[in-house]
Amino acid sequence: MERDDIIEYSLDAHHSEEQGKVIRKKIFKVTAILTAITILEVVVGAYWGRATSHGWTWESIKLGYIILTLIKAGYIVLSFMHLGDEKKSLKYMILVPYFIFMAYLIFILLTEALAVGSAWETYGG
Amino acid sequence: MAGHASKQIDSATLWGGKISPFSTSYGKLMMWFFLVSDALTFGGLLVAYGFTRHDFLGAWPIGEETFHSMPFLSGNYPLMYVALMTFILIVSSVTMVLAVEAGHRMDRKGVTKWMIATIIGGFFFLGSQAWEWSHFIHGSKFGKIELADGSKAIVHAKSFGEIKNFTVVTAGHHHKKGDVITEKDMDLLHEYQHAAAAGHIHNDEITLHDGSIASISQMAHEDIELIIKEDGAKNKIGDKIEGAEAAKIYSEVINSGEANRVIYGANLERNEYGPSQYGQFFFFITGFHGFHVFSGVLINIIILLGVMRGLYHKRGHYEMVEKTGLYWHFVDLVWVFVFTFFYLV
Repeated sequence: MERDDIIEYSLDAHHSEEQGKVIRKKIFKVTAILTAITILEVVVGAYWGRATSHGWTWESIKLGYIILTLIKAGYIVLSFMHLGDEKKSLKYMILVPYFIFMAYLIFILLTEALAVGSAWETYGG
Repeated sequence: MAGHASKQIDSATLWGGKISPFSTSYGKLMMWFFLVSDALTFGGLLVAYGFTRHDFLGAWPIGEETFHSMPFLSGNYPLMYVALMTFILIVSSVTMVLAVEAGHRMDRKGVTKWMIATIIGGFFFLGSQAWEWSHFIHGSKFGKIELADGSKAIVHAKSFGEIKNFTVVTAGHHHKKGDVITEKDMDLLHEYQHAAAAGHIHNDEITLHDGSIASISQMAHEDIELIIKEDGAKNKIGDKIEGAEAAKIYSEVINSGEANRVIYGANLERNEYGPSQYGQFFFFITGFHGFHVFSGVLINIIILLGVMRGLYHKRGHYEMVEKTGLYWHFVDLVWVFVFTFFYLV
């Protein structure tokens, strides 16, 4: 029996052959970006990695790595997982609580780790 | 995308129960909820790894020093293998997104083709990870050594001196005096490493499994260099010992006759790369991720069977492919973070 009270939201995502071409072009563009970032990361790791870089050089490379990782993650989530195409309310419901909680967790655990580390140093283990 | 996502809905209808306020189906919304909870699990694991790493006083292993091997090739290829693994996973993510795109055009052949490509990519990644684990567990030929002053060092060299044979000098249960044991009779390197770790090598003589004692005939190591990884009474982290002195110290450690002066590879208790927690986190995080990849491949196969039977075509949309695609992309997403925090930083 045909039910008329169910809305098939999945049908909204259907598109034509021409639109498909545009979408595929975008997919290959994102692929190229992700590959380029990975290659950049590996080259930096091999020649200016933690074994050879120290102090502020290494700290800025580390920061660069984290930024590049977040860019990669952004492309995967927003483009490949189509979260960027969803309703704004859904997008922020997924992203905002996660980021708030993770930022809190990272802050609290890394701060705690330094305290634990210096306690080991002071009192021995 | 056009359609409901951009359509204005008045609030009475929106929250009245008739329409999804997010303009998505129940299944897709629940997949997103699951992925958020799974992302919290992985986030928790990676932050726990960060915690351990930050409170650790000694030197933490360096990615490009630990992971520098390629299958079938000798020599130094820092991070190349993990980069390849990352690339495989990105490519399989792309084929998945192409399968979803084909589904939106109701192109059953296209979906089948790209789903098969995705599954093959998944198997490639799993195979790569198996090799990576095997390599991590078996470790290097030199292992990590503990020096006389209590400091610990990893060994870099151009090549490991090949072991030619063992000549039995004292008979045991199995071997007679004067027997020459070659690679044909046993895995010489394996026996050698086993004996070195257990402290069964002394004055260039090895005590074999059957109790016989044999002298070792071995080539010299080329360009050996010791890099201190844990402080001792004399040597400090980062110190390097090179040339003849390094060769002498390495030989003294191997010939000390004491157990656990040299460690090869990794298990859950200790590993040659760094503190024991390093090995534990490596096994847990990459293992947990690998398990996700494995179940992702299984789910993809199940969905592929549905596609091939025409189940989703009859339904009028390929949303199941989209949902399993979300999970598959998530696996790729997690790897991006594991790659950064385990191998790069």
